[in-house]
Amino acid sequence: MESRSLTLTLGPSADRRRPLALTPGEDLVGFISSHVGRAVLFLITATSVLAVLLILLFVILRSVPFLRDFGVGEFLTSRLWRPTADEPVFGALTLIVGSLYVSIAALLFAVPVGILAAVFLSDILSWKIRNVAKPVVEILAAIPSVAYGFFAVLVLAPWMQRRFGFSTGTNALNASIILAVMALPTIISVAEDAISALGRELREASYSLGATRLETMVKVVIPAAHSGIIAAVVLGMMRAIGETMVVWMASGNATQIPHPWWDLSQSIRTMTATIAGEMGEAPEGMPHRSALFAVGVVLLLMTFMLNIVSEYFLSRAKKAAGKS
Amino acid sequence: MPATAADNQATKSDVRMMVTLNRQPTPNSKTPAAECACPVIRSSGFSLYYGAKIGVKDITMEIYPCSVMAIIGPSGCGKSTFLRSINRMNDLIPHVRTEGLLEVDGQNVYDKRTNLINLRQQVGMVFQKPNPFPKSIFDNIAYGPRLQGIRRKEELQHIVEQSLKAAAIWDEVKDDLRKSALALSGGQQQRLCIARALATRPRVLLMDEPCSALDPIATGRIEDLIGQLQSTYTIVIVTHNMQQAARVSERAAFFCLGELIEYDRTEKIFSNPTKKQTEDYVTGRFG
Ligand SMILES: Nc1ncnc2c1ncn2[C@@H]1O[C@H](COP(=O)(O)OP(=O)(O)OP(=O)(O)O)[C@@H](O)[C@H]1O
Ligand SMILES: [Mg+2]
Repeated sequence: MESRSLTLTLGPSADRRRPLALTPGEDLVGFISSHVGRAVLFLITATSVLAVLLILLFVILRSVPFLRDFGVGEFLTSRLWRPTADEPVFGALTLIVGSLYVSIAALLFAVPVGILAAVFLSDILSWKIRNVAKPVVEILAAIPSVAYGFFAVLVLAPWMQRRFGFSTGTNALNASIILAVMALPTIISVAEDAISALGRELREASYSLGATRLETMVKVVIPAAHSGIIAAVVLGMMRAIGETMVVWMASGNATQIPHPWWDLSQSIRTMTATIAGEMGEAPEGMPHRSALFAVGVVLLLMTFMLNIVSEYFLSRAKKAAGKS
Repeated sequence: MPATAADNQATKSDVRMMVTLNRQPTPNSKTPAAECACPVIRSSGFSLYYGAKIGVKDITMEIYPCSVMAIIGPSGCGKSTFLRSINRMNDLIPHVRTEGLLEVDGQNVYDKRTNLINLRQQVGMVFQKPNPFPKSIFDNIAYGPRLQGIRRKEELQHIVEQSLKAAAIWDEVKDDLRKSALALSGGQQQRLCIARALATRPRVLLMDEPCSALDPIATGRIEDLIGQLQSTYTIVIVTHNMQQAARVSERAAFFCLGELIEYDRTEKIFSNPTKKQTEDYVTGRFG
């Protein structure tokens, strides 16, 4: 009995043979529903894209009058930022350099540590610990930045003053360290995804030829995952360059370029901190306010470019993982 | 297929060259007869579990040097599992547990003090799924030799050429060794992996269905290669192709549901097996 019903369900259902061509009615319904579905999805996507574009347009428009009066060249190359002087000067060079300075310094800490941690997570820790450690790392990304800022001001700053005798504890080093810690979860998580996406087969190939774990990592796994690792680094950079609260609290906010250039113990100021800190004091309609918008445009362009770079490498990483 | 006879001839002599090449570096080289007396691989009561699931159970067998051993059996019966146990390839799989003894040259490979690097250099492997590195063809083959400290360009080039010829893929790739190995077809990748395993010059070669993705011509050449190699290598080959097992192997083992059902000389397994299960399988009446 049972076997009979089985053969029945498995055999071709001759009684329900359907025409392979669509009837005109089915054709119409299919046409309409696919177009309606597409229209709805398009509207949703278009709204979010439009919102971003409008923000961009708004920021650019607000900065145009200022840039026209003051001059783009002067704005980008002058080292003087004196928005409240009788004769105000708006040179953003120190701010741009400050942002890049702490971000790059942060990456110098975070990238080696992040890649090592990613390798450690994906290939060295035992399975049990790995399953706990990865979510913990990702939770670190969710700690609000003001909490990091508190740590920077109340713990790290006095400690650095005492330990190294710096004139101020809120300086580029302090900001970079905290930014590095904040960028780490992103870097570890994205790099770990790229490294473990490569799969067991590739590693087995290397081990079967007599490679050690280190050789397998350095010669096979990391080169094969390099796109994903670069994407991780760029995403970490975006996180660092766009961060506001922590640098506002930890960097000292002095509009200067460190001299000599490698002296991390000096205070600096970033674009983000400047915008956040001065927006309240810059009255509507004054050049100060438009200048802040111009700083915002520079910041936007930078993160925009980084975003494109990271997208490019992430898509390459996906291809690499799919192929091998 | 024009002009393959000449090509084949060239390939065979190259293989022979490689075989002779292979003999020289063996330290304190005994006479072949003495070397072929005791088993290279010996397993006794060996079991492997994937968590609670059985991979292979209570395998006891001896594999002799300078011969070809074929493992046959239905899908999912633990052929790959056993093969991969010999060079500890199951280490990367989570929750794997082993019991019993598995020795290579008298050394228990699951001992804590086993030198895995030396083990894997001596026990090469061709995997069931081709797994070339995302590198050039040349770098794929040269990977093993480079790990062993070979740096000289001419020497590497020589090894790469010999290995590719032995694996019957040289003619297809010789024009562009810089091409990515991932750009090769599945069957070409499989032969590349065979060449890569040969380039390390192992003494034991584990082949997991090396011909499953190959056309009859390439298959024939790989079988020729196995014939050439068996005078100096110990080869363990997993295959679903009964004719192939009969053609290339001296001994054959029949696995079923993780257990070793029968292990004997190949003629006996195919013509006059002791167990009913084996007979059903080799005559195609299985299941
Ligand atoms: N990584 C793994 N994790 C869990 N179970 C596994 C794993 N690999 C294999 N197994 C199980 O172990 C058993 C034996 O698998 P194995 O790959 O050794 O079979 P096989 O004989 O090589 O089959 P085939 O001829 O299809 O390649 C199967 O039941 C399979 O489900
Ligand atoms: Mg298998």
